Amino acid sequence: MEYHLKTPLKSEEILKLNAGDVVYLTGAIFTARDEAHARILEKTEKGEKLPFSLEGAAIYHCGPLMKKEAGWKVVSAGPTTSGRMSKMTPPLLKTQAVRAIIGKGGMKNVTKALKDSCVYLAYTGGCAALAAELIKEVKTVHWLDLGMPEAVWELEVEEFGPLIVGIDTKGRDIFSEVREKAKKSLKKLERV
Amino acid sequence: MSSLKINQEAFIQAVLKTLRKAETELPEDVVNELKKAFEKEVSPVAKAQLQAILKNIALAKKHSIPMCQDTGILIFFVEIGRELQLDFELEAALKKAVQKATKEIPLRPNAVSPLGRKNSGDNTGCGIPDINYSFVPGKSLKITVAPKGAGSENMSALRMFNPTEIDKIKTFVLETVVNAGGMPCPPLTIGIGIGGSFDKAARLAKKALLRKLDTPMDAFEQELLNAVNALGIGSMGLGGSTTALAVHVEKAHCHTASLPVAINIQCWANRHASLVLKGEE
Repeated sequence: MEYHLKTPLKSEEILKLNAGDVVYLTGAIFTARDEAHARILEKTEKGEKLPFSLEGAAIYHCGPLMKKEAGWKVVSAGPTTSGRMSKMTPPLLKTQAVRAIIGKGGMKNVTKALKDSCVYLAYTGGCAALAAELIKEVKTVHWLDLGMPEAVWELEVEEFGPLIVGIDTKGRDIFSEVREKAKKSLKKLERV
Repeated sequence: MSSLKINQEAFIQAVLKTLRKAETELPEDVVNELKKAFEKEVSPVAKAQLQAILKNIALAKKHSIPMCQDTGILIFFVEIGRELQLDFELEAALKKAVQKATKEIPLRPNAVSPLGRKNSGDNTGCGIPDINYSFVPGKSLKITVAPKGAGSENMSALRMFNPTEIDKIKTFVLETVVNAGGMPCPPLTIGIGIGGSFDKAARLAKKALLRKLDTPMDAFEQELLNAVNALGIGSMGLGGSTTALAVHVEKAHCHTASLPVAINIQCWANRHASLVLKGEE
């Protein structure tokens, strides 16, 4: 199935998605990678408010290459390896109603945390020129003190995709299914 | 005989042009293999990945922007004609070209000190860019640049086998590909260096990545490619029939007591470009 969704995302829109479905997103998305995740966790642990709302939000694992002219402009903004954010994601989802995580390569041990609340959307790795084309505007930037790639960029996107539902809200994870299958065929080969 | 010369400014400009080409235009043989993979793919998910890749390649070329935000660390292979006389320092000129390229293309500043993790800001530093020299007959200078991203480089591996363990090489290759999964952005090109020494095997593996994808593979390479693709990891690790476009093996004689094997993993963006400059009297 193919879906065209708008952010902020509603819970019922996410719950109907199945692993393997194709999604195109329109609206605001928030970039966040290692340092931004760490800071969100630090702030929420202290009970402090975040300078942006992640209610119904889509987080994008991305360290963009930006250029400052009259305002900020995206040069290149493909996805980074999501695996690095695996550990920080379950505690983040406990306090933030994030509905979608966009990245590449999949995540480990997050299916439980994503259950009934959030999907993992795989964007094609390396497709930075294509991504930049679908980002229409840089709305604002938070925490620029973390550096250009690590800051939280609020980006306005249009028909951002194709995004593949890699992990759905029912516990299906395509990446781990593919990995387990590959491991099995490797074991078979070793026995020969 | 008067000596043949190459002008430093012309050299820097030519390197800059080649760098831009490498970052923004994928070699035709690589694009063709990706197109073939797209044509024969039956999984709709993998097909969508390959379609996005092909669209991305066309856009990057059209707008002359880097095809991936990881513009890599820069690896140069320099072949110097023996009849040439260079009156400038090659390494310094290459560094200058890289600094210029970082500003003008632009490239993401990726070079950091290994432990302090301090970014130099211009993609140069101690030992970076990486330069490999060789001397060849003739009066021209050939420079090849291969930008290498971290996603795929991090998934590479090297093992020192016992000489009697030749039959274990295949499993080592497959294990490396399975462990990498979707992280190195498949479809991959897999460069393998067998023999030489600890460091030479790795260098051979890297050189193997430069070989054109439309050159025929030998029986061993084809066997490895078939086995890799039978794993079903597919484009971006989402499942599919093409996990790798090619497996290229380079060999060298080694010590009778050792069998080094290096596997260099390359993402779909197998970027490289070359230029040839002729010396003038």
